[in-house]
Amino acid sequence: MAEEVVVLGFWASMFAMRVKVALAEKGVEYEYREEDLPNKTSLLLEMNPVHKKIPVLIHNGKPVCESANIVQYIDEAWKDRGPSFLPCDPYQKAQARFWVDYIDKKLYEAGKNIWTTKGEEQEAAKKEILEILKLLEGELGDKTYFGGESFGFVDINLVTFYCWFLTYETIGNFRIEAECPKLIAWFKRCMLKESVSQTLPDPKKVYEFCLFLQKYFGVE
Amino acid sequence: MAKSDVKLIGAWPSPFVLRAQIALNLKSVEYEFLEEALGSKSELLLKSNPVHKKMPVLLHHDKPICESLIIVEYIQEVWASSGPSILPSDPYERAIARFWAAYVDEKWFPAMKGILGAQDDEARKAAVAQVAEGLALLEEAFQKISKGKSFFGGDHIGYLDIAFGGFLGWLRVIEGMGGIKLLNETETPGLLKWADDFAAHPAVKDVLPDTEKLAEFSKVVIAKLRAAAAAPAK
Repeated sequence: MAEEVVVLGFWASMFAMRVKVALAEKGVEYEYREEDLPNKTSLLLEMNPVHKKIPVLIHNGKPVCESANIVQYIDEAWKDRGPSFLPCDPYQKAQARFWVDYIDKKLYEAGKNIWTTKGEEQEAAKKEILEILKLLEGELGDKTYFGGESFGFVDINLVTFYCWFLTYETIGNFRIEAECPKLIAWFKRCMLKESVSQTLPDPKKVYEFCLFLQKYFGVE
Repeated sequence: MAKSDVKLIGAWPSPFVLRAQIALNLKSVEYEFLEEALGSKSELLLKSNPVHKKMPVLLHHDKPICESLIIVEYIQEVWASSGPSILPSDPYERAIARFWAAYVDEKWFPAMKGILGAQDDEARKAAVAQVAEGLALLEEAFQKISKGKSFFGGDHIGYLDIAFGGFLGWLRVIEGMGGIKLLNETETPGLLKWADDFAAHPAVKDVLPDTEKLAEFSKVVIAKLRAAAAAPAK
């Protein structure tokens, strides 16, 4: 059956990247459409009327929204293609979902606070992001991936933040690797995977984009 | 399975704890309810959920599972053979159910808290409008998803019924406080009937907190929310 898969995204969005990595992992072909966020297309507004945000996966005309939700959907809809993102064991599954939920609740905000604040607030944001990453590093332990031997749900949802690290480090004037060497090693390991390296943009381009955003948001 | 193999750390007023209780009931799982003393956190809770220090926490063979919606999915997966499935079998329908449950947690619940924590009438009115807007979206979702049946899950209570239904007691408290009918025949006819069916369901009726008792307790919550709002920004 001819399948139609469309992804509405934005090149610098770590959330949109999650969807692309997941589809690449499953070997699913899709059409990618870049949204100009200040001028959202009518398709985006129609497909995600509640949040009006990217990414949106449109599978045979039906939209799926919210990136972690989309990644789970991809895992389930194409379960015959390659290994499952989520472990089989219910307890391990719950743990994977817990950590993705944690990442969603904490990481983006902490990162954003680094480039939207100054002085004391920025110092607090730096401290926070390091705490979050250290906790995740502890969870990784000595495993190859968060999913154990296979690149899985937590890996997919976390790895896409890597291209923003140069931005956080440059603007915040600190080094993440010094505090979280094992986690950085894991990020680099993931970058060896085509699904990741072909998806993540050049961190320098992300940094330039962030400088533009700072002007746009009026951050000095 | 021995009752002590399954424990739930919670407190009776919490809509999140209620979700876990309903799911356990749906699967006819016997469990020990470890009631947290209100206003303080037990050693066990802090040890079981060091990251968020929040309830509910499900302890299965002493292994903790945290976050109410994650707990509900876990219960479905472990006790899949008991009772009807909490999640739809179709991946797309599952994605829709998860989407709306996330909406309830991320957008609708904060608006509900906004009503309780409102410092003045204007703020309360604005929060009520937000909650009503959310209910309109949920009504539309209900009409689409239920396909004419009693619940979001169809004939049986499902994931989204549990996610949203956990708040039913609080919704009724807020209606009572303001003398408003947030669920009503004109704007939310589907949800109005759904609420009664949900509250009467055997897995729900014995654990849904009594509205009056919850209203009394809400005074504590309101005081806390107002104090937090009045505190200087970090």
